Amino acid sequence: MSDITKQSLTELVENIKNKKLSSTDVTKAFIDRSEKSEKLNAYITNDFTSALDKAKKFDQKPNFDLKLPGIPMAVKDLFCTKNIKTTAGSKILNNFIPTYESTVTENIWNEGAILLGKLNCDEFAMGSSNETSFFGNVQSPIDKNLVPGGSSGGSASAVAGQLTPITIGTDTGGSIRQPASFTGIVGLKPTYGSCSRYGIVAFASSLDQAGPMAQNVKDCALLHEVISSYDPKDSTSIDFKRNHYSKKLTNNIKGKKIGIPKEYRVDGMPKEIENLWQKGIQYIKDCGAETIDISLPNTSYALPTYYIVAPAEASSNLARYDGVKYGFRAKGENLIDMYEKTRSEGFGAEVQRRIMIGTYVLSSGYYDAYYLKAQKVRKLIKNDFDEAYKKVDAILTPSTPSSAFKIGEKTNDPVSMYLNDIFTVPVNLAGLPGISIPAGHDSKGYPLGLQIIGKAFDEQNILNIAYAMEEKINFKNKITDWWIK
Amino acid sequence: MSKKDTEYLINRKDNQYEVVIGLEVHAQVLSESKLFSTSATKFGAEPNTQVSLVDAAFPGMLPVINEFCVKQAIKTGIGLNAKINKRSVFDRKNYFYADLPQGYQISQFKDPIVGEGKVILDMPNGQKEVGIERLHLEQDAGKSIHDLDPQNTFVDLNRSGVALMEIVSKPDLRSPDEVNAYIKKLRSIMRYLGTCDGNMQEGSLRADVNVSVRPKGSKEFGTRCEIKNVNSIKFMQMAIEYEANRQVDLIEEGKTIDQETRLFDTKKNETRSMRSKEDAHDYRYFPDPDLLPLDVSEKFIEELKNDIPELPDDKKKRFIEEFKLSSYEANILVSDIDTAKYFEEVVAKMGKNKDIKLAVNWITGELFAVLNSKGLEISQSPVSAKNFAILINLIKNGTISGKIAKTVFELMIDGDKDPQKIVEEKGLKQQSDPKALEALIDKIINDNREKAIEYKQGKEKLFGFFVGQAMKASGGKANPQLINEILKKKL
Repeated sequence: MSDITKQSLTELVENIKNKKLSSTDVTKAFIDRSEKSEKLNAYITNDFTSALDKAKKFDQKPNFDLKLPGIPMAVKDLFCTKNIKTTAGSKILNNFIPTYESTVTENIWNEGAILLGKLNCDEFAMGSSNETSFFGNVQSPIDKNLVPGGSSGGSASAVAGQLTPITIGTDTGGSIRQPASFTGIVGLKPTYGSCSRYGIVAFASSLDQAGPMAQNVKDCALLHEVISSYDPKDSTSIDFKRNHYSKKLTNNIKGKKIGIPKEYRVDGMPKEIENLWQKGIQYIKDCGAETIDISLPNTSYALPTYYIVAPAEASSNLARYDGVKYGFRAKGENLIDMYEKTRSEGFGAEVQRRIMIGTYVLSSGYYDAYYLKAQKVRKLIKNDFDEAYKKVDAILTPSTPSSAFKIGEKTNDPVSMYLNDIFTVPVNLAGLPGISIPAGHDSKGYPLGLQIIGKAFDEQNILNIAYAMEEKINFKNKITDWWIK
Repeated sequence: MSKKDTEYLINRKDNQYEVVIGLEVHAQVLSESKLFSTSATKFGAEPNTQVSLVDAAFPGMLPVINEFCVKQAIKTGIGLNAKINKRSVFDRKNYFYADLPQGYQISQFKDPIVGEGKVILDMPNGQKEVGIERLHLEQDAGKSIHDLDPQNTFVDLNRSGVALMEIVSKPDLRSPDEVNAYIKKLRSIMRYLGTCDGNMQEGSLRADVNVSVRPKGSKEFGTRCEIKNVNSIKFMQMAIEYEANRQVDLIEEGKTIDQETRLFDTKKNETRSMRSKEDAHDYRYFPDPDLLPLDVSEKFIEELKNDIPELPDDKKKRFIEEFKLSSYEANILVSDIDTAKYFEEVVAKMGKNKDIKLAVNWITGELFAVLNSKGLEISQSPVSAKNFAILINLIKNGTISGKIAKTVFELMIDGDKDPQKIVEEKGLKQQSDPKALEALIDKIINDNREKAIEYKQGKEKLFGFFVGQAMKASGGKANPQLINEILKKKL
């Protein structure tokens, strides 16, 4: 089978179970393609040799009861992986090899998957274009010099470019959904507390959530069902009954009420995004569901709120990278000098910017005006959703206010970069699940995504809606292979 | 003693100053594992052998609250007669230091687990109430070791993450003696509860001492200085003494006191400025997003209340009522839980016909003297409560005299021997046979006729001589009461 890498996860699992393909065949195929993908710069670290070993071992003693039997996959380099370098895209961790495994990746390996390598991302997941990585920017497989989005840019490029059948990313303000939208794939940000944060390099603890990225909704549902688990090692993990999301997946969404929030029609939004949204509304109706105009009045405060809460938490979460215990250390005259040099040289500009913003908003005298106020607004934003969900089952919005942009286009304008997350951050602030599905192309042929936002713990419902819409949309990603060696 | 006589005042020319003291006591929670990790907390372990990935703040590691430590804090709150807060919040206190791996300490800033309470001190001039402002849970930091290498500092993270209770008093203390009584009372309560071992040498109990002075009679507080991390009661007292005098001198010279943090130099016996208010850290406190607010139910608190043992104040009251002890005696017995335990066991073992006063005298006298000379705690007493009770009963029922008892006690110390056996083996039983004693006394009077006549003529002092002779003749075993009676009759 020459088209192994074109197959979806569901097909690969089926073919391995039917012994039409071995894990070794599949693993080899993805390694081959990955080895030709240097121009994308999707990998920070590869583990191809041991991946092949593991595939061979699987084939010798296969266990077809597993959900990901012998499936190779690469993961975002924000997940700590035992004995494999984990950098978070930062110089400050560029020599860091964990002795432990994150719960989410542990869940994946326990279901039979095999690690291909660690995927590039924005430094500490801070970015929307994968240009802040110490290991260089990631290219989109869609077009030359196009950003794949961020922060899970390497993950998005790798799935869209078929270097890995599926992957996992993390989403603090849109870091799964925005790159999924930019590269024409599916990405789910689960409900806060659904996936354990144990062993994931923290950016903003109250917003971070791991989630699946895949070629289609069904693959996404299957991977989500593997990674979501209650974990006593994470105090914010929630012990609720988790579904067999892939088994229960249905395209029957008749009678569902889908909210269309008027506040997401923002100033300066391109016409083609508006058109895409209208098309989405039509698809919903075609599926037999109903759309209802709703209001989420505090939406405009979401972005400023996010850019207070996230940097505040980050400024504290990143204090541990001080050169004392592990990671990069610069030589200094004394302790303070060592701290200053280590952190100045170890962190990139965007990370330093956010540490400074975060430090500022938490400072005495400013705390009430910024951090405390932001927490109150966050509550209001959550209340908006609670109100809306009295009337609707889910909410449909565009995933991003534009399609992918060129590398370097927004690097000198952080605010315009931050605006990328305008439709995704409210979901993180409210702790809700959101999924981005590819829904069309812009005039340049770049993918555009639609986002479905659900009630807390109602991943099944938004997966079903996405599944039903996916069928109607029948999206075909335009991968040009411009980058293949 | 009137209250005035014991007032601690600092005198200068015509002025008298009152000292105002508040303490922030850091008490290590007695617990097998740390506040947010499962690492052990044993004292004296090899450096960095009790450190988990969480304690060393590895990437992606998360804190998980140790329920046992929460129970310990609530129990302590109950022991301090304090309000238990059903919802408390863990905050991050952010600052950089080499022995603070996370770059922040998890502590409770705005919403502590325990609110206002009070403790009662027994001072020579009566009881004194000291208000408790709050008690909160927090992590300890690691230890920086600067003197092992000329170039480098070593860091031991064994202590990193160990649970501490910070107990903040109101500024109600007025003298070094009150501070002494307060620390001892806190320690006593926590040892009764089993929530802190109170071992100051091992650093389980240390305090930041806030000191200010004001003219006697003034209602306003002066500017305070905080003396950081003092780890013995003696040093606290010395530091207060020095600091109060330093502040008074400044005022007398017409200068002002700067609010600042100071260190106590134990070698020079003086406090030194560490940092001024302007240099104070901005800790950027905010709720730790890795932890949910800590909610405890009424039921949870009630169950802990049922688990609270009799505490020193109640025990003292009971000892006074039940055993007719003086307040002074009761205080001595209850201040240390092990002494109280020993005493109560002795009382229980003495049976029905017991002499509690005698037992108290022997515990606070002979037993304490032996423990002192051997440097032992009462829990390590070489004489068990059971054998001690037997000894007291032997005195009480006249088998041996108090004097002989001292000999027996000394023999008991080596190997916790049964006093009954010692008495039998050594033939130390008291002679209480009146006939035998009469014969013995007749002989003595016969041998000392002249002295007997002198006595009858009024030289009453000689009575003691005859008692002595009788005791000597009996080898110390004669029942002194009977000797007295017979001598009075015969002389």
